[in-house]
Amino acid sequence: MRDSPDSAAITVEGLWKIFGAGAHRVLGGDDRHLDPAALRERTGCTAAVRDVSFDVRPGEVFVVMGLSGSGKSTLVRCLTRLVEPTAGEIRIGGEDIARASPARLREIRRHRVSMVFQHFGLLPHRRVVDNVAYGLEIQGVGRAARHARAAEILSLVGLDGHAGAYPDQLSGGMQQRVGLARALAVDPQVMLFDEPFSALDPLIRRDMQAEVVRLHREVGKTMVFITHDLSEALKLGERIAIMRDGSIVQVGTAEELVGSPADDYVADFVRDVPRSHVLTLRRISREPEPGEPLDGPELPAATLVKDALEAASVSSRPIRVVDGGTLVGVVDRVDLLAFLSGRDLTERAGA
Amino acid sequence: MTTQQRLPAPVEVTAAGTAEGAASRGGLPRWAWYAGAAALLAAAYAVFRGTGTLPHDKEAPQFLAVTELREWIDDQRDLNPVFLYFLNYVRLYVAEVHGLFQTVLNALGWPGLVGVMGGMAWLAGGWRVALLAVAGVGSFGVLGLWESSVETLALVGASVLLSLAIGVPLGVWAGLSRRVRGLVTPVLDVMQIMPTFAYLAPLVLFFHIGAPAGAIATMIYSIPPAIRITSLAIQEVSPAAVEASASLGATPAQTLFKVRLPLARPRIALAANQTVMMALSMVVIANLISAPGLGGDIIRGLSRAQVGLMLPAGVAIVVTAVVLDRMLSALARRGPRSRAGRLDLAAAGALAAAGLALTPVLPATWPQEWTVNLAAPVNEAVHWVESTWYGATTFVKDLTSHALLNPLEGLLTTAPWWLVALAVLALAWRVSGARPALTALGCLLAIALLGLWEHAMQTMTTVAVAVLVTLVLGLLLGVAAARSPRYSALQRPLLDAAQTMPAFVYLLPALALFGSTRFTAIFASVVYAVPPVARLVEDGIRAVPAPVVEAALSAGSTPGQLLWKVQLPMARRAILLAANQGIVMTLAMVVVGGLVGAGALGYDVVVGFSQRADFGMGFVAGVATVLLGVMLDRITQGADGRPSPRRRKLT
Repeated sequence: MRDSPDSAAITVEGLWKIFGAGAHRVLGGDDRHLDPAALRERTGCTAAVRDVSFDVRPGEVFVVMGLSGSGKSTLVRCLTRLVEPTAGEIRIGGEDIARASPARLREIRRHRVSMVFQHFGLLPHRRVVDNVAYGLEIQGVGRAARHARAAEILSLVGLDGHAGAYPDQLSGGMQQRVGLARALAVDPQVMLFDEPFSALDPLIRRDMQAEVVRLHREVGKTMVFITHDLSEALKLGERIAIMRDGSIVQVGTAEELVGSPADDYVADFVRDVPRSHVLTLRRISREPEPGEPLDGPELPAATLVKDALEAASVSSRPIRVVDGGTLVGVVDRVDLLAFLSGRDLTERAGA
Repeated sequence: MTTQQRLPAPVEVTAAGTAEGAASRGGLPRWAWYAGAAALLAAAYAVFRGTGTLPHDKEAPQFLAVTELREWIDDQRDLNPVFLYFLNYVRLYVAEVHGLFQTVLNALGWPGLVGVMGGMAWLAGGWRVALLAVAGVGSFGVLGLWESSVETLALVGASVLLSLAIGVPLGVWAGLSRRVRGLVTPVLDVMQIMPTFAYLAPLVLFFHIGAPAGAIATMIYSIPPAIRITSLAIQEVSPAAVEASASLGATPAQTLFKVRLPLARPRIALAANQTVMMALSMVVIANLISAPGLGGDIIRGLSRAQVGLMLPAGVAIVVTAVVLDRMLSALARRGPRSRAGRLDLAAAGALAAAGLALTPVLPATWPQEWTVNLAAPVNEAVHWVESTWYGATTFVKDLTSHALLNPLEGLLTTAPWWLVALAVLALAWRVSGARPALTALGCLLAIALLGLWEHAMQTMTTVAVAVLVTLVLGLLLGVAAARSPRYSALQRPLLDAAQTMPAFVYLLPALALFGSTRFTAIFASVVYAVPPVARLVEDGIRAVPAPVVEAALSAGSTPGQLLWKVQLPMARRAILLAANQGIVMTLAMVVVGGLVGAGALGYDVVVGFSQRADFGMGFVAGVATVLLGVMLDRITQGADGRPSPRRRKLT
């Protein structure tokens, strides 16, 4: 599943962030393997990120998901050193972030990576258009040019006509659109999202998620998206990393996480996810039994199970699961019902 | 009747809780220890009375040495490089700024000043504030105090400008850097706890007397809030906005100027406001070292016990305070993004221009026929009050004097010094522990060595009585307010007003009622110190968690039981703090009291500034007052590691 690091947009290798005095001493010794509570007890330090490695491919939406306190917000801040990492390698577009000089780092933040924050971080004393143009302003772009660009981005995020308003005159969802526009305005290659929608109402959150999906389709940026909301992670993420106590427990697609959780923690996490919404036919197909008719409806292997139900309801013949023209296997009504009822799980557990 | 039973009565109540464990260990009831100690001290007093006293000597060698030091420093003023290359330049520079303000304000002429102030007020807060400013500045002339008011404005303007020029950048730096904050905070603490008069004398040594020295003294007093509030404003800028700015690649300077400063602006305006208010409250004290302005009229009125002379000047100072406060708080209230509209600009400009245009036309000085002479009618009214209420006021005065002040003062001044020291040591040890007790003892011995024993004992008497009255009143008012929201709503604005008024204002009614006596000083310091005490007590009682109160009520407590068994014990810390605060504030009034006949240390300080030959005594008396303050603070510091006295009013 992993691409080679050269083609990755972001590569993180052995990243550590330990808060507190003597962080490097902790890292050098054996204390770093202690669990968080014991570590705090012994050294007064908090290990927010522990030996994290992952790659993000260009144009991918990579979601980091975990409960509060799992270190995901610290992780995303380490990527552009808003929080200084204690140890580890970070490369964005091949450039070594961990060793970049302050000036170089500013260049990277100005042009290549931008971020959207949970609490928006808008400047209340500036109009919307000046908030959006802020990144360009600090780059030294002239007033007319940056306002033109800001207007363009505002219409992209659906905020036409609000350029002259002040942030506190907008609703929460619209404020976050401004935050999104501000991050987009500098035309970065990578966008980081730190729980951007968790402060919004559920309905508005759904709109904004759709907005991100749309923007990703239109502008095709590489995105790293932090969330504590599993359904958000499943909706947006091409791949999802699950964090716990500062470490990544598992990285994979939604299907991999739900279909084969790495440990009980992940299994517990994804337990309530409707499997038919995540797993594909490839996963439940089986070899055709001898004499089984092979003239049923044909569906691609990447079809979600829930989308195969209709075909199964109109034909009693087993569904033929194909991948690029070759037959992968078959799925009949009994298989589907067994899957939906969860009996396949109990059978597997019993076996 | 011994020292212990009288002096710290309120403290014993608060200390009782902690004393319990230690005292009951001996098997005797707690009161027996106190009674025994008191009896022992009383016996010692009876035996040694009149011996070992340290009577006051105006010509004590300590005083003469300091006076000579001043002569020597005065001689050095044009010789020593420290003066030539540093201190004299500071003085010169401050004088320069003050001179500039003076020149500009005088050049504007009275119509010009009225117009320009009105215009600035309009820009700051619209037509209402402009109207207030025009009326306020006009009232200086109506009161017949145009010249001194302009002098005061120039002095306040110069010291505020310099305070802000130093304080705001320093505050920003402190807000950005934890290390700088760590360095600056203790210095500010000392500057704010130090009574103003304590640094006047050293200032005179280095900067001589006059307007520049007055401006420097005012700066020392008014810089701390500028630094503190600015630093706080910078620290409290939304971290999300700062982080967002950094994430977009802003340099630290860009984030400072585009994010932090604009977002902190309203609170920095608040810092400016506070700085102005502090500067104004120094106007009277600064006059002790010959800074010009309204303070002079107040001091003259005080020393001649003429309310008629003081009242207009007092009114002018209060008016200045109100006008500047409204202007600056209007500025602070405005949102971080609001800008003056075109209409406002036009109106403000027109107002200023009209004033300036009238300057050459109208007479150069405020016309005589437009002034109202208040002195005579006020003096008459005061005289009427004095003669009408003579019976009542004399009764109160005499009762306090004979029942409280005289016996206590007699006791303290006739007891041997070592006995008093012993009593203080025992008391402080009992209430606050070993270390504070030793500090208190050290302060007391230092006072003795400074040659001010007798005066210090007299001052301690007035302070003790004032503190006692303050605490009783403060507790009563605080408890009453905590128990009745309606009464609290009535009392709060009064307390607010009392706390924002300059201290000398309280002297006016006191002087009118009681003339120039020690009692006036006590009355004034009680009025000065009661509001914060009452407020702290009220807040302390209110801070008792609602579930606890509910639980007590559901158990069937009467309101009285609730107060005595739940609210007061739980508010103990706040009440301790209130006691301490009351002492600090009462002590701050000692010198002002010296002006109206309280005598002793306060008077020594005042005389020290006016009589060159007594400079040494004044200087030493200032030090002794501070020592006395530290001693009283240590005695009352109380148990369980309470933080030492908070700074005086900041908000």
